[in-house]
Amino acid sequence: MSTPCFDLIVIGAGIVGASCAAAAADAGLRVAIVEPGPIGGGVTAAGMGHLVAMVGNPAELALAQYSLGFWDNWADRPEAEFGRCGTLWVARGETDAASLATQVQRLRDAGISAETVDATGLYQLEPELAPGLYGGMLVPHDAVVYAPRVTRALVQDAQARGAQLFSGRSAKKLAPRQVILDDGSRLSGPVLVATGNALAELLPQLPLRQRKGHLLITDRYPGWLRHQVLEMGYADSAHGDADSSVAFNVQPRPTGQLLIGSSREFSATDSAVSPTMLRRMLERAFDYMPGLRDLQALRSWTGFRPCTPDGLPYLGAVPELPDVWVAAGHEGLGVTTAPGSALLLLDLILQRTPAIDPTPYAPSRVAA
Amino acid sequence: MTAEQVRLMINGHAVDAPIGASVAAAIAMLDVHVRRSPSGERRAPLCGMGVCFECRVRIDGIAQQRACMVEAREGMQVRTDD
Amino acid sequence: MTERYDVLVVGAGPAGLAAAKAAASHGARVGVLDAQPRAGGQVWRHDVRHAPARAARKAMSALDGVDWLVGHQVVATGQQRLLVEANGKPVSLDYGSLVLATGARELLLPFPGWTLPGVTGAGGLQSLVKQGWPIAGKRVVVAGSGPLLLAAAASLRRHGAQVLGIYEQASSQSIHAFARQLLRWPGRAIQAAKLRAQLAGVPYHFGSWASVARGGDRLRTIELHGPHGTQTIACDHLAVGYGLVPNTELASLLGCALGGHGKHPQVRVDELMHTSVDQVYAAGEACGIGGLATARIEGRIAGLAATGIDAEARTLMTRRGHERRFAALLQQHFSLNPQLYQLATPETLICRCEDVPLSALDDFADAREAKLATRCGMGACQGRICGTALNELGRFPRESPRSPIFPARLATLASADSSHSDLDRGL
Repeated sequence: MSTPCFDLIVIGAGIVGASCAAAAADAGLRVAIVEPGPIGGGVTAAGMGHLVAMVGNPAELALAQYSLGFWDNWADRPEAEFGRCGTLWVARGETDAASLATQVQRLRDAGISAETVDATGLYQLEPELAPGLYGGMLVPHDAVVYAPRVTRALVQDAQARGAQLFSGRSAKKLAPRQVILDDGSRLSGPVLVATGNALAELLPQLPLRQRKGHLLITDRYPGWLRHQVLEMGYADSAHGDADSSVAFNVQPRPTGQLLIGSSREFSATDSAVSPTMLRRMLERAFDYMPGLRDLQALRSWTGFRPCTPDGLPYLGAVPELPDVWVAAGHEGLGVTTAPGSALLLLDLILQRTPAIDPTPYAPSRVAA
Repeated sequence: MTAEQVRLMINGHAVDAPIGASVAAAIAMLDVHVRRSPSGERRAPLCGMGVCFECRVRIDGIAQQRACMVEAREGMQVRTDD
Repeated sequence: MTERYDVLVVGAGPAGLAAAKAAASHGARVGVLDAQPRAGGQVWRHDVRHAPARAARKAMSALDGVDWLVGHQVVATGQQRLLVEANGKPVSLDYGSLVLATGARELLLPFPGWTLPGVTGAGGLQSLVKQGWPIAGKRVVVAGSGPLLLAAAASLRRHGAQVLGIYEQASSQSIHAFARQLLRWPGRAIQAAKLRAQLAGVPYHFGSWASVARGGDRLRTIELHGPHGTQTIACDHLAVGYGLVPNTELASLLGCALGGHGKHPQVRVDELMHTSVDQVYAAGEACGIGGLATARIEGRIAGLAATGIDAEARTLMTRRGHERRFAALLQQHFSLNPQLYQLATPETLICRCEDVPLSALDDFADAREAKLATRCGMGACQGRICGTALNELGRFPRESPRSPIFPARLATLASADSSHSDLDRGL
C-alpha cells in the first residue's frame, strides 16, 4: 500500500486553511486538505466576518491591507454574501477624539481610504447613535462577509483544481514529510498546519492562548444600521492584555439582522455563554446605541480567538521541522487576513520574493 | 367602539375587534397578509400559538412582535408587512 | 424585579392549572406563568365568542395564593430561578420547586404550497379562530392526523366555518380499532361521540392526506390523496397538523433528562412526576402526548409532590397510570404513513424563517454543518418548525436549545447576571 503523495498537505479547513489550500491549488500544487469537522465550523463560524483595517499594530495593518485587496474579488461572489458597509469608528470624548486625526493618517499612509467625521456627520451616517458623541472616523471600503460559506467555496475552488479533501479525518502526528491521521493512514508531503485553536496538538512549541468572545444576533431590522460601528476603544481591547474586556461593535448583516459584540476573556475555558459578560457587552452597546434595547435577540454564542503572545499570527516555516509550515494564531482578524496569509505562505513555500515583509509573523520569533 | 369591542388601526385603517381578540385575528378582518419572507413570499399565521413566528408585525412602534400572542387594545397602531 | 414562589408553574393549561390548584390548596405560595395573554393553554384557550367549558372555568377560578403571570415568556434559567419577559420588561422568578407544564405544539410537515397564506395547523386554525379570526362562511378542509382533527373541526364549525371534510392519514382499520379501545376510557369515548355528533354531515376520510396546496398570493385549491385516488378541491383554509409534539426546550435547558420511545423528546419523570433535576417536576403533554385527562391528573400529582405532599400524590398514581396508557394508544393508532415524508419536493421550503429549500440540505450529513451553510434553523422560530419536521423526517435530530429559548428584548438579556448561568453543555 503506497502512501498518497502531495505537494502540500493543509491541516485544518477553517478560513485560513481553506485560503491556503485554494491558493496552493491555484498555483498548480497537488493539495490535500484534512478537516475533522464541518468546513469552516470552528472559530471561522463563530466570528463576525468583518473585513476591517485597524490601526495600532503596523505589521497587523500591513497584513490586513494586503489581504483587503484580495477580498474585493469576492464582492460579486454570492457565497460571500458580501456587504460593503464600511466601518464607522466612534469617539466618545476628548481622549478618543485626540487620536482620530492620527489614525486617519495612518490608514491613508497604508493606502486605505479613511476620513474624519464630525458630530453632525456622525448622526447623519448613523441616526441610532446615542447623543453627545464627539465624532469619528469612516473607513468606507471595509466590508462584511459570511465566512463559513466563503470557506466552503474556497475548499470547492481547491477541489476544482485537483485538491483532495479528507473530510472527517484529523491529523494526529507529524512525521518527517508525513502526517499520520486518526485512522492510522498516512499522507506524504510538506505540511501546512492551519488548525487555529488546536495548534498545540501538533505544534506545542508555538505558544497560543484562547481568547473567548461573545456575540449576539437579532431579528431582522432592515435599514436600522448601515455601517459596522465600533467604539474607538475596540482596538485597545483587541491589542491589550486585560483578562476581560468588552468593546462596542455592531454589524449590519445583509439579512437585516444586527450582529453585536464584543468581549474578550483570557481565563474562561468553557464555551457556555456567560450572562455576566453578555450583560457587560450589551450595556456597553446600549451606551452607544440605546435603541438596541428594544430589538429582539434570537441567539447568542461564544467563540475562541487563537491568540499568540504578540497578537500577530504565525505565518511561515516552523523552526527545526523541515517541510512544516504554519498559518495560525490570527486573534480576531482571521477572516480579514486569510487571503494575505495564504499568499504570503505560498511565497515562502515556493521561495518567491514575499509580497510583504514576512519577518513580523515568523514562527522563529518565539525562540527569541 | 362598543362595550365588547376595541378599535385599533392597522396600516392606517380602523378595525373593530371583539375584546380578547388577538392582533392576528384583527389583521385577518382587514384581509391583508401579515408579512413577507426573506425572499418576498407572502406569509400569514401558521401555528396560532406563538411557535412559528410567521405572524410578526409592528405594534405601537415595536417591530417583530407575534400578532397571535398579543390582544388587540383600543388605539393600538399596527403595521403589517413592515 | 424579583419574585419568589414556593411552587412556580410554567404553563397555564390543564396540567399547570391542576398543579397550581393542588399546591395552593396546601398553602404553598404559587405562581403560574404563561406566555399567552390569558390562562387556558391550548385546549382551554379563551374563546372570544363562546363561554369556557365548565371544567376550564373551574380550573381557572381564582385561588388564594396563586399569582397569575400571563403574558410572561421564559427566556433563560438560573439557580432556582427563571428569567422571563413580561410586557417587554425582565422579571426574575425564584422558586422552591418548579412544575413544567409546557404542553405541546403541532407537528407540521412540509409539502408543496405549505407556506401559502391560508394553510395553517389544524389546532393552529382552531387557536386562531378562538382568538377571533373571521371564519364564518369560509370553506375549510381539516387534514393531518389525530383526535385533534375532530376537536378542531367541531370548533371551526361552531364558529360558522363550512368544514368541507376531515382527512385523516391513518387507515380506517386503525381508526376503528382506536375507537373500540377508547371504550376503556369512558370519559374520552363520550367526548369523541359528542364531537362526532357535532360533525354530523362532515365527511371523515381515512388513509387520506393533503398532498399539494395551490394559489397565487393565498390558498385557492388543494390536492387530496386517498384510497380512491387524487382529487382537487377549492377551499379558503387548509388546517393541517400531524399530531402533537412535546415542548421540551425549557426542560432541556434546565438539564432534565429527556426520553421516550417515539421520535420526539419528552420529559422523563418518575411516578410522582419528578424529573431528573432536583425540585423540578413535569406534567401533561410535555411528558408525552396523553391528552386532557392525563394532563389534569399529572398536574395534580406534580403540584402535590412539588409541595411535599407525597402521600396524597401517591393515591393518584393508579388512576394516572390508566390515563397515561392512553398515550400508547394514540401512538399506536395514529402513527404516520411514511408516504407523508415524501410529499415535499426538493424545491419545497423546509425552513420558513430563512427560506431554505429541502434540496439545500442534500449535501450535509450533519445538522450543524447544514445550519452554517444554509442558515436552516437560524431564524426567529429557533428551529422549532423546521427542526421538528426534520426530526420526524429522519434527517436530523433536534438540537439542544440554548438561551434565549424564545426571542427576547436585548434589554431583557442584559438584565441577567451570574445567578442566571445556564446549564449549558458545550457547543
